Amino acid sequence: MSGPWSEEAEEDASSLAGTTDVELIKRAWRNEKAAPEILQFEGPLVLRVREQIQLLEETVEESTENGSNDLVVSLYQMDLDRTLFLLRSYLRIRLQKIEKYMIHISKTNLWNRLSEQEKKFAKRCTEIMEKLLEQSVLARLPYGYESFLKQSISSEEDDMVPEPQLDTFVFCKAKDAVGAFQLDDSGDEIVDLVADDLYVIRYKSIKGLVEAGQIDLV
Amino acid sequence: MAGQSDPHLSVFTPPEVEFLAEDEKVEIIPKLSLGSLHMICGDFGPFRPNIASEVPLWLAVALKERGKCDIRAPDWMSVDKLMQILEAERESPREFQPLPFHYIEISKLLFKHAHDNIQDIYMVRSLIEDIRDVRFHKVESGLQTISGRTHAVKLKNLSAMEVNIVRPFMIRTLQAFYKHDSPHIIQQPEKSGSRRPQAPDRGPRPLQKKVTFPT
Repeated sequence: MSGPWSEEAEEDASSLAGTTDVELIKRAWRNEKAAPEILQFEGPLVLRVREQIQLLEETVEESTENGSNDLVVSLYQMDLDRTLFLLRSYLRIRLQKIEKYMIHISKTNLWNRLSEQEKKFAKRCTEIMEKLLEQSVLARLPYGYESFLKQSISSEEDDMVPEPQLDTFVFCKAKDAVGAFQLDDSGDEIVDLVADDLYVIRYKSIKGLVEAGQIDLV
Repeated sequence: MAGQSDPHLSVFTPPEVEFLAEDEKVEIIPKLSLGSLHMICGDFGPFRPNIASEVPLWLAVALKERGKCDIRAPDWMSVDKLMQILEAERESPREFQPLPFHYIEISKLLFKHAHDNIQDIYMVRSLIEDIRDVRFHKVESGLQTISGRTHAVKLKNLSAMEVNIVRPFMIRTLQAFYKHDSPHIIQQPEKSGSRRPQAPDRGPRPLQKKVTFPT
């Protein structure tokens, strides 16, 4: 098989850089799965993967119609299925997190980490949830307790809003050596992060490194 | 292990770990001629009979299942190499020997789909099981050294499947110690004594560093 694909392979900037989009979406999926809070949506990556999937889908369809080599078609179909699975799993784990922490996300700057579609989803979810709780429970509670966000009007904070636990421990690997890294505020806890070694650390301490792409969650 | 009851803490299901392992490269000896494959995950081929070629494991298995290739067992999957590794594992209770990150999944898939391509397969299988056992034992002993003052754990050379299996338990343990040892509790020393069982004295709190284990 030739034609459009050989061009695409060359135009794909990330494969020139040595990392395929599949590797990138795989990493994004792994990080998202292991991180307690929702991470930045990988817009451009998702778009590229979608395009490649679409292209391959069309080509597979064409080849099935002209009766091309069955074996080759089935191999491309496998590649397609695997990529689709990665993409869907990535989107799915994010949706799960949105469903779980929708109010918290809506009220903090985590909101900016969502895609446009995810924002719409989160808004609708919140509206529905609010309405449900209102109608089935809150409206029947005594005065002072009908808030969706606070346990009672005497609560200072929104204590009914579930928040992700940032100090949960995660397994991670540094791609390149990070060197001596401070884990806590007081400077008591310093870890020497060596490349490719596995560590179990509190997510909160390495949050910044994950967001910067220097550490991968495993 | 106790942690298994909370599926969420596992992060990945075993099939998902296997899925990740299936992208690892292996060498195949094709039995057919085929042009280059330009896949989303990379470019492979062209394939000529008896000329070795490197492809992802999932592709190798697919071709093998259709009788279109043989898979060359990776170098580390030989009786000699595995015996060396097993001995080294036994002799170093504080370290894990370097093994491919996905050694468990790779060997499992090859046993299943390419058993005729593996020399002395029964021996190889048995050695890998022994290696797994020794390593897991080390993980368990290492877990015992976790205390409230553990703020990070280093697990050099642990493999993907081993990480996934021990994950729920390790996270729960570390979390529990972290909670019980938060600064505000330390200010009430008379309470801390009754909270946890006698742990060996590891010295004053500020000097405690990360635990590297198995220790």
